[in-house]
Amino acid sequence: MENQDKLLNDITTQEYQYGFVTDIDTDVIPKGLSEDVIRVISAKKNEPEFMLEFRLKAYRGWLKMESPKWAHLRIPPIDFQETIYYAAPRNQAKYQSLDEVDPELVETFKKLGIPIEEQKHLAGVAVDVVMDSVSVTTTFKKVLAEKGIIFCSFSDALLEHPELVRKYLGMSVPPTDNFFAALNSAVFSDGSFCYIPKGVRCPMELSTYFRINTAGTGQFERTLIIAEDDSYVSYLEGCTAPMRDENQLHAAVVEIIAMDRAEVKYSTVQNWYPGDKNGVGGIYNFVTKRGICKGESSKISWTQVETGSAITWKYPSCVLIGDNSVGEFNSVALTNHHQQADTGTKMIHIGKNTKSTITSKGISAGKSDNSYRGLVKVLPGATNARNYSQCDSLLLGSTCGAHTFPYIEVGNKSSIVEHEATTSKIGEDQIFYCNQRGISTEDAIGMIVNGYAREVLNKLPMEFAVEAQKLLAISLEGSVG
Amino acid sequence: MLIIKNLRASVEGKEILKGINLEVNAGEVHAIMGPNGSGKSTLANVLAGKSDYEILGGEVTYEGQDLLELSPEVRSRSGVFLSFQYPVEIPGVPMVNFLKASVNEHRKFKGLEPLTAGEFLKLMRAKKEMLHLDSELTNRSVNEGFSGGEKKKNEIFQMAMLEPKLAILDETDSGLDIDALRIVAEGVNALKTADNATILVTHYQRLLDYVIPDFVHVLYNGRIVKSGGKELALELEEKGYDWIKNGSDQ
Ligand SMILES: Nc1ncnc2c1ncn2[C@@H]1O[C@H](COP(=O)(O)OP(=O)(O)OP(=O)(O)O)[C@@H](O)[C@H]1O
Ligand SMILES: [Mg+2]
Repeated sequence: MENQDKLLNDITTQEYQYGFVTDIDTDVIPKGLSEDVIRVISAKKNEPEFMLEFRLKAYRGWLKMESPKWAHLRIPPIDFQETIYYAAPRNQAKYQSLDEVDPELVETFKKLGIPIEEQKHLAGVAVDVVMDSVSVTTTFKKVLAEKGIIFCSFSDALLEHPELVRKYLGMSVPPTDNFFAALNSAVFSDGSFCYIPKGVRCPMELSTYFRINTAGTGQFERTLIIAEDDSYVSYLEGCTAPMRDENQLHAAVVEIIAMDRAEVKYSTVQNWYPGDKNGVGGIYNFVTKRGICKGESSKISWTQVETGSAITWKYPSCVLIGDNSVGEFNSVALTNHHQQADTGTKMIHIGKNTKSTITSKGISAGKSDNSYRGLVKVLPGATNARNYSQCDSLLLGSTCGAHTFPYIEVGNKSSIVEHEATTSKIGEDQIFYCNQRGISTEDAIGMIVNGYAREVLNKLPMEFAVEAQKLLAISLEGSVG
Repeated sequence: MLIIKNLRASVEGKEILKGINLEVNAGEVHAIMGPNGSGKSTLANVLAGKSDYEILGGEVTYEGQDLLELSPEVRSRSGVFLSFQYPVEIPGVPMVNFLKASVNEHRKFKGLEPLTAGEFLKLMRAKKEMLHLDSELTNRSVNEGFSGGEKKKNEIFQMAMLEPKLAILDETDSGLDIDALRIVAEGVNALKTADNATILVTHYQRLLDYVIPDFVHVLYNGRIVKSGGKELALELEEKGYDWIKNGSDQ
């Protein structure tokens, strides 16, 4: 045991791979938050009046709210006047093609392993990239447009499709839903917008990469996905940030609306800078993600691989309104060093015969703390609702924590709600077995952890599953030696 | 190839190996027998480098190197293979991925290029045929849900893939049905060359009918208390251990 602890101790020396800063000309506004700042942001983006109203309403609500205290997290006080709420790469004109994009920026995305240039040719993935606050480029826009699919930056959507944004914005996550959602609603600068018309299956994965580059900036992006009747889309979000000693704030909102028989798959690979091995720096990640299965037999599934951030506070949820609608949550959350994660989901059953499944795989190493928090709520009208939850925790070493907080509220007798939970330690016998076949302990742990998470990783689109596997192994390097 | 001198080891403060002496040369097959709890698996695990055991004294020389100095993975890559008495399950890790990593680590150690997917699959197919291994097993997670016999067969399959210099088979015959025992024994024999050696830990003569040992040792209470030729195993089968126990307890 002693031996393994020593081993686990050492696995934590691997450096964050994405910690570079891109040197490009950036347009920033002074730090701090006020109604004036919000007006400046709105004006810079030439927003329609209703958007400014939405922001101000959220801001006024936010002023009266408090940062939530119920999570199993130690959150240092955040000075919201010390954050910069808008930063944009300056020569961010309207790019017609990638060749016009700042070469430094293209270089950044190459370092991130997203060869946008290649992706132009590589059919399959359309990428929207949000750097700091502004959406830089959207590839494949034209190809998608032919099918009537709108996939663009949130800013463009506000200018080009204001009626759609106005109709759906805040439907899943109202402007004053919670402290961080309200903050986001007040100051969000950009994000992605996606609209799939009736009967259309989106022919490729849609993908957004978020990156925080400028020092002292918060990133507040907003994503809105609307899937009309009988449509289908699979959407992936990835994120990274430079290494910095100070903490940076990320408070995003994602809203999904699925109409009759529509299906939306939303996958996240979250790899924000987690801080160094002593717990200095790192992103504070406070995210509200909610999907509404509004139509009958609609389906929303959230799949997340969370390896980054100093603090993660995130509960992608499904509101199952339509009869026979289905919600799914699949999560791998890995914490190492001094990282803290409190993550899980809410499944709200409202319609008849609604079904939800929750699969959560927590992995804790180092001195980290990892909590699953989930609510399954069955309303009185949700006849024959079904939920199955499986929450597993895997501990590496003896200095980390794993916690499970399942909340179940059942208001309809015909429903069936099942919850299973396990906690296990990574087996020394498993590691020795691998060693005996010539596999080093570090590789063995990567392999065992990936095996443990496989059920969830298998839900990711192929190309991202491979990326996620590497990420899990890398994130544990230095926690064993 | 392997020289063990006065090896003593303990687990959880309890001395299990109390002075083992054994010499194994290339081309030889040694059988180690002995009552339950006498320390056979402990010896196998100590040779493979399991960290639960504390070495209290003695030395082990393998191919001229101090074996006890090497990490378990380096011992493996240097040609020491242990077929586990109780192979562990690794959920979610497909056998084929596991083996590929293993084979390529061994190759890297020898300065060879990793096998391509095609080469690897070809090698795997050949070895699977040799051991009549159900082809679906390699797509499943390592040992997960394998029957007792399948696990043992899978150990020998891995041995066939890695072609070790020194193979230590800890009760590989236990749990095998009659046909499987013959197939596994044939496999072990087929892998035998003048350059490698095998240590068979077993309770039963029937394995030794197929894989003929050059030496048979009886381990009792942490010591090798009797050694002999293949006839010793037959004698044990007939008389049990009491006559040896009584002799050594005095
Ligand atoms: N990890 C451990 N903790 C405590 N005791 C142990 C441990 N490993 C082995 N022992 C003890 O050491 C002794 C020798 O065990 P070992 O497994 O080597 O026996 P064996 O000869 O292989 O027996 P069998 O024929 O039953 O397989 C036993 O008394 C066993 O209980
Ligand atoms: Mg044994």
